[in-house]
Amino acid sequence: MSNEWPLWEIFIRGQHGMSHRHVGSLHAPDAEMAIKNARDVYTRRNEGVSIWAVEAVHIAASSPEEKGPLYEPSNSKVYRHPTFFDIPDEVGSM
Amino acid sequence: MYAQMIKTARSGVKNREEMSDQEREFQDRIDRDEKIEPKDWMPDDYRATLIRQMGQHAHSEVVGQLPEGNWITRAPTLERKAILLAKVQDEAGHGLYLYSAAETLGESRDELVRLLHEGRMKYSSIFNYPTLNWADIGAVGWLVDGAAIVNQVALQRTSYGPYSRAMIRICKEESFHARQGYHAIMQMAFGTPAQKAMAQDAVNRLWFPAIMMFGPNDSESTHSEQSMAWKIKVKSNDELRQQFVDQTVPQIEYLGLDLPDPGIKWNEERGHYDFSDPDWNEFFDVIKGNGPCNVDRLKDRVDAWEDGAWVRDGLLAHARKKSARTAAE
Repeated sequence: MSNEWPLWEIFIRGQHGMSHRHVGSLHAPDAEMAIKNARDVYTRRNEGVSIWAVEAVHIAASSPEEKGPLYEPSNSKVYRHPTFFDIPDEVGSM
Repeated sequence: MYAQMIKTARSGVKNREEMSDQEREFQDRIDRDEKIEPKDWMPDDYRATLIRQMGQHAHSEVVGQLPEGNWITRAPTLERKAILLAKVQDEAGHGLYLYSAAETLGESRDELVRLLHEGRMKYSSIFNYPTLNWADIGAVGWLVDGAAIVNQVALQRTSYGPYSRAMIRICKEESFHARQGYHAIMQMAFGTPAQKAMAQDAVNRLWFPAIMMFGPNDSESTHSEQSMAWKIKVKSNDELRQQFVDQTVPQIEYLGLDLPDPGIKWNEERGHYDFSDPDWNEFFDVIKGNGPCNVDRLKDRVDAWEDGAWVRDGLLAHARKKSARTAAE
């Protein structure tokens, strides 16, 4: 069995009500150490108030080759954007 | 730089006719300044060159802790000690960001560390010079980290997304390093004559090793072309070195110290400082392993790795036992 510590992806939420954001990865033997290491590596300058650690093997990712078909449904629906609709200036801001 | 003399996996640049459709599409993305991400298709040589460059960069951050760690227990005040400790801790973090970036290409950190320990990967030549006294610690922060910033600011625009993001993060933290170094040197340069002499001596000894960090002259740098075309490298060695000299000379003058190179002279026509070449034979000799500290540095790294094995193994065994117990419940 490999003695390499597993890889964890680290997500941090900053102070201003933003959602958790991926900041990088690190190695740790378990979740508890992953969070401690994340504190030392990614919050040395008050970057965050909350840390999520997810073992990298548990992350499912979309593949770049499928980019076209995957996002096609949204590309073809321009009417989802508010600018699709011309509203006369007289109506005021909307 | 922190990554010097990275051999691109091929020599010369492929022209468009030689490229496959996939390679041409890849080059177009680079030319449009699109970032390449881990799961995107990339030429094998691009991947191999990046792993080598990011790996060497990471090794430099980690080995770079040694010359400074040497002075943590001997810092002149508690405040300077705390500052130096924070700086050295940052370097460990920078190493980690870079190993992580390399890992996105499928090369494990342990494998990179193994290659370093077997002498099959290198780190920056600068860390094979000794830090003899406290003035050297100031000069390292100011000149060595200063040179690193020049390189890393350019690399924020590198084409590989994870590398670029690591550089952005590192640059944010690095200016603390340069400023604390300059601040320490300022205190000495404006201090007693003996302190000023120490500051001068440190600048004299570290100047040429610092400008060597950017690697050989462009005319000698045979492997750069493809890396520049791929935007793995963004500016040439000589461009970066000139930028460093131009920004550093006025800083030396402000301290009231003598310039460490009699060849430094403002060139009105070029709008840049002229300066002397370092001794390139010395540079190549240090790269080959014959610098003043090469043997010690590598030994310290290998010892740290081996002495820490029981901690790594113990924590992993504990984690496995715990998860087996949870699974059984």
